[in-house]
Amino acid sequence: MIDFEIPEKIAGTRLVVETVAVNMMRPVSRYFDEHEHEIPWDYINFMHTATRAMGGTSMAASEGKKEGPHFGFQRLAVMVEVLSWGDAGIYLDTPGGMLGSAAVSAAGTPEQKERFLKRFRGEKPVFDAMCMTEPQCGSDTSAIRATAVLDKEKKEWVLNGEKIFVTSGHKAMLDSEGFIVVWATIDPKAGRAGMRSFVVEAKTPGCQVTKMEHKLGIRASDTVSIVLQDCRVPYENILGSPEVVTADKATTGFKGAMATFDATRPIVAAQAIGLARATLELLKEMLTERGVPIRYGLPRQKLTSIEKDVIEMEIQLRSAWWLVLKAVWMMDNGKPNSLESSMAKVRAGDVVNRITQKAVEIMGPLGYNREYLLEKWFRDAKISDIYEGTGQINRLVVARQILGYRSSELR
Amino acid sequence: MYSFEPSDEQKMLIDAISRYATNDLRKAAHDAEENKELPPKLISKGWELGVLQASIPEAYGGFGERSAVTGALAAEELAFGDLAGALAVGLPGLFALPILVSGSEEQKQQYLPQVIAADWKAYTAALIEASFDFDPNELKTTAKAEGSDYILTGEKTFVPFADKAEAMIVYASLEKGTKAFIVPKGTAGLKVGAEREKLMGLNAIPFFKVTLEGVKIPKANLLPGDFAPVLDSSRVAVAAMAIGVAKAAFEYSRDYAKDRDVFGVKVAQKQAIAFMLAEMATEIEAIRLLVWEAAWAIDNKKEDASQKAYLAVTGAVDMAMMVTDRAVQILGGHGYIREHPVELWMRNGRGFATFTGLAMV
Repeated sequence: MIDFEIPEKIAGTRLVVETVAVNMMRPVSRYFDEHEHEIPWDYINFMHTATRAMGGTSMAASEGKKEGPHFGFQRLAVMVEVLSWGDAGIYLDTPGGMLGSAAVSAAGTPEQKERFLKRFRGEKPVFDAMCMTEPQCGSDTSAIRATAVLDKEKKEWVLNGEKIFVTSGHKAMLDSEGFIVVWATIDPKAGRAGMRSFVVEAKTPGCQVTKMEHKLGIRASDTVSIVLQDCRVPYENILGSPEVVTADKATTGFKGAMATFDATRPIVAAQAIGLARATLELLKEMLTERGVPIRYGLPRQKLTSIEKDVIEMEIQLRSAWWLVLKAVWMMDNGKPNSLESSMAKVRAGDVVNRITQKAVEIMGPLGYNREYLLEKWFRDAKISDIYEGTGQINRLVVARQILGYRSSELR
Repeated sequence: MYSFEPSDEQKMLIDAISRYATNDLRKAAHDAEENKELPPKLISKGWELGVLQASIPEAYGGFGERSAVTGALAAEELAFGDLAGALAVGLPGLFALPILVSGSEEQKQQYLPQVIAADWKAYTAALIEASFDFDPNELKTTAKAEGSDYILTGEKTFVPFADKAEAMIVYASLEKGTKAFIVPKGTAGLKVGAEREKLMGLNAIPFFKVTLEGVKIPKANLLPGDFAPVLDSSRVAVAAMAIGVAKAAFEYSRDYAKDRDVFGVKVAQKQAIAFMLAEMATEIEAIRLLVWEAAWAIDNKKEDASQKAYLAVTGAVDMAMMVTDRAVQILGGHGYIREHPVELWMRNGRGFATFTGLAMV
């Protein structure tokens, strides 16, 4: 039965998170944008305490094998949307399991999950990060050069390579007892089939944070480079099978990463939606204050250019949000959602950029002035169309799905 | 609780409609457009699916309950077959549904059974007026109270099947707002144009200008309810049909692109085309959810249902134009030839900006 009512359980959570966004994020938004690489500890500690009080290890509530309908990903999407509405950069500093944990959850054994994820339940806030991108490859993750070689005597994996654009890498490795998940090949000749992920814990010798990037936006979030030089991790830190299976192009390692994307892309899309909503709300508020309320229900011929723009933004925003919710709803209900999650990401990435760009344009000198947050949000927005698969990569994923093509048929 | 899946009952209805849309409507669409006529048997067969009948409660001769969501699902599926066919099959709804939504108890009892009990008969509605900035909430056609009657004066355009209609709903300004009036055929002063209107698309449907020269009808013929829910319903219906047409255009151009060779590969293997198709599919799905949301808001009597219906139809208008235009583009020169249906869908696509009032759910 088609239903657009927010589940009661999620509505309650949403209200709580909204209070955090209003009181702990917005007031410091500008400060952390202008003080890049400073860490919003007040927000982090609060979120950590609150999450612990609720008995969770991260925002993504694990519901286990509980009977009845599952809401985990729907709740997460709603929370992320609201936090990102508060501040898209600070949101990325939310402690607890994020992308790294998502990979552990998706591909790890029960023992690995316990060993790596229990740290999030401790006294202090802990972070994780995902290391995929390398200097010579971004979206083309099958071209990863980082290697993992098994030292059979010591039963250790030896990792070598350089990773860049690691979100929260500094916090995961230097500001907390966290971990990173590193993508590397165990057989360079095997292509995607040789791709595996490895957990590297903070303070592991041979793993070094080498650079902190200066970015266009989301400046409250650290983005680092990490160099692995004969970095040894225990044999048990590999996620998934150590065997390379190439029969029937079964690329299990790579598929593990792609399956993680089915879960994470709608969440990144939710983040885009939160930012877009913040922008549209502020734009409407500023216009109304200046005597330009938006009139709905009129034929286009009677609308002003600004009204047309705002109404179009609203259509884009709402329709993209429902795509996101549908993708996570499918996730919660065990329905395959590769198509929907990429659609959501494509659309949300487009929408947040169109909305923030148009808002700055419409408000003219006020839009461009750092006195207001519109210009910051314009800068924050761009990343949504880039990370977790650029808009183009996601178009490719959507295109392959609707055409029934393999990657070799549509490059 | 969020759900994006139709009920089992809705799925069964959609299945039945889908067979009719694919096997009957789609196959007849080209000739109907060229010959400027839909075969009456085709319309009867669609009527027998009982979409409208299922929206009318038993008390008035039907066998169900109106649901805008179900209506939107049905409208999309019918329009996927053929828009002209979908509008023709749903034509009696233009008369019955406003009465169901905004009519008095007496009006429901008097009119609804006769519309749905019989075979398909032309019952229609006259909303659109010929001005570039036509606004359903500010009609130039007026209604003035005179004793126990209303006098309707004005000119309407795009009135489907007006020549054969047993009765029609005429929308007119009464004091400040739009109101609906029941006007039976043959009422003095009601003049249906001598010739059919010639439009860019929908040639399979006979459209007429209707002139109201002091049409006198009893006060009992005024629908007492508000116009807003009627307009919302029409906006959702038109938006849902836009999705159906867009889906048809998307699928046809996708299949063509997978079949057609170019530079040693299939057209669809070129990113320039594949990305167009990816965006079309994304746009269709996004706007479909917006339309479902609006329909759901209507069914659940949400306060902002009107705004949602407005946003849905506005989004659907742009989506349909974008998708149908691209479908023609993907077929290239072949898309411009009337042997392929995409040019018809492109003409339909542009029409959605103007079609509010021609469908109801």
